[in-house]
Amino acid sequence: METSTHDHIVTSYGEELDELADEIARMGGIVETQLLDALAAVVRRDESIIKTIREREMTVNSMQEEIDKKVIRLFALRQPMATDLRVTITALRLASDLERIGDLAKNIAYRSRHMNKYPPMDLTQRIERLGTIVIKQLREVLDALSSDDIEPAIRVWQNDDEVDEHYTSLIKEMLLAMSEDSSLVDPGANILFVAKNLERIGDHCTNIAEAVHYQVTGDALETADVIDD
Amino acid sequence: MTAVEAQPTVYHQEIDAENIKVAVKGVDVFYGDKQALFDVSLDIPDRGVTAFIGPSGCGKSTFLRCMNRMNDTIDGARVSGSLMIDGGEVNDPTIDPVVLRAGVGMVFQKPNPFPKSIYDNVAYGPRIHGLAATKDELDGIVEQSLRKAGLWAEVSDRLSDPGTGLSGGQQQRLVIARAIAVNPEVILMDEPCSALDPIATAKIEELIDELRENYCIIMVTHSMAQAARVSQMTAFFHLGHLVEYGPTEDIFTKPRERRTQDYITGRFG
Repeated sequence: METSTHDHIVTSYGEELDELADEIARMGGIVETQLLDALAAVVRRDESIIKTIREREMTVNSMQEEIDKKVIRLFALRQPMATDLRVTITALRLASDLERIGDLAKNIAYRSRHMNKYPPMDLTQRIERLGTIVIKQLREVLDALSSDDIEPAIRVWQNDDEVDEHYTSLIKEMLLAMSEDSSLVDPGANILFVAKNLERIGDHCTNIAEAVHYQVTGDALETADVIDD
Repeated sequence: MTAVEAQPTVYHQEIDAENIKVAVKGVDVFYGDKQALFDVSLDIPDRGVTAFIGPSGCGKSTFLRCMNRMNDTIDGARVSGSLMIDGGEVNDPTIDPVVLRAGVGMVFQKPNPFPKSIYDNVAYGPRIHGLAATKDELDGIVEQSLRKAGLWAEVSDRLSDPGTGLSGGQQQRLVIARAIAVNPEVILMDEPCSALDPIATAKIEELIDELRENYCIIMVTHSMAQAARVSQMTAFFHLGHLVEYGPTEDIFTKPRERRTQDYITGRFG
C-alpha cells in the first residue's frame, strides 16, 4: 500500500516525520560522496581529499546522533503506528548502517596514505572494479529508499553475491601474489584491507535494502522475494 | 450520512472453526430509515480480546450492542442477518433477551453499580438466575467473582458498604465482578476505561488480560494504544462498514486498507 495522501491531523507530527526522512536522505547523499572520494584517494593516489573526508565523517556522526534523538522523541511523544511506525523504526537502522558505511569509507581513504608509500600495484584495478560495483549498490539502494520502491532494493539484496564473488577472487589472487613474492606482503595487506572494507560496505547496502523493504511492505525481505530474470 | 461505495472487508486470516465463539454473517442495522451498519460479517475467537475501533459514528458500539440484543431497547431499531454465539442464533425471536444477557455480560463506559451493597451488586445476577441454592454457595460465588475481578483484597472487610462509595476504578471492577458472577460466555466492554485515570485503567487492562484466558471479551475503545495493548484481534469500522479485521499486531504495523492506515496513524481527513 502506498503512503497516504492525507496529512496528519497534528501538523507538527507530520513535519517531524518529514524531517526524519529528509535527514536520512541527506545523510545518504553525504555517505555516497564519502565513498566516491575514498575510492578516488585509493585509485588516483590523491591524499588531498582526506581532510574533507575527515570533516564529513564528523558531520555524518552527528547526523546519526540527531536522527537517534528524533526517533526517541517520536516514540515518546507520538507513539507512531503502521507506516509511521515502520518509517520511524527503519530510520534508526538506516542511520546506523549509513554511519557504518561512512566510517568504512573513511578507513579506506586513510589507508591510501599507507598505499602511496609503495609503487602502484596491478591489483588496484581490481579494487577499482569492486569499488564501482559497491558504489552502484549504494546508489541503487538509496534510490529505492527515496522512491519507496522495493524492486531496486530486492536487486541490491540479490546482487550482493556479485560483490562477494569479486571480493573472494581478489583476495585469492592477492594471497597468491603475496606467497610468490614476499615484497608484496606489506603493500598487499593494504589491498586486502581496502577490499574487506568494500565488501562490508556491500553488506550494509543489503541491510539498507532489507530496511527499505520492511518500511514499504511491513514484511522482511526473503529469498522468495527475489525476482528471476 | 455520506454515501460510501461499499468495499469488501479485508480479512487477514480465518479463525479456526473450533475456536469461533461468535459468528456474524451479513448483519445490517437500521435506526428508522437510517442504516447504521452495512453487511457486517466476522468470526470472533473464544478466549481472547477482540477490539472494535473506528471514529465516532462508525457503528462499532451499535455492532457491540447487537451481541446481547441491546438494540431491542431502542425504538425503531431493526437488526437483520445472523449472529451466532456458540452456534445459537442471538436474533431468534424465541430467545429471551434477559437469559441471553446473563450469558453475554456487558460493562459500560461509566461504571454503573446498583445502589446496593458491594455484596448485593455481585449477588444480584446469581440470585435472579437461581445459580446458588444456599447462602454459603452465594457467598462463594461473590468471593470468587470479586477475586477474579481483582477487587477482593480491597473490599473483603466492607462487603455491606454501598457499591457506589467505591472509587471509579473499583466500581468498574465491581461491575466486571457482577458480570462474571453469572458465568457469561462473552463479556462486552464499551469504552470500559474512558472515565478512569491511568492507574485505574492499567488495573482494568491487567484484569482483562487475566480474564481473556477464560472468556471471550469484545471491547469497543477509542484509545488505539489500548486496543494495541490489550487485544489480540482488531476490527476497524468506518461509516457503518467493517473495513478490516485481523490480528492486532498486523493491523497496527501493516494495515492493508488505506482507511485503516489513515485512522490509526491520525491522518483522517
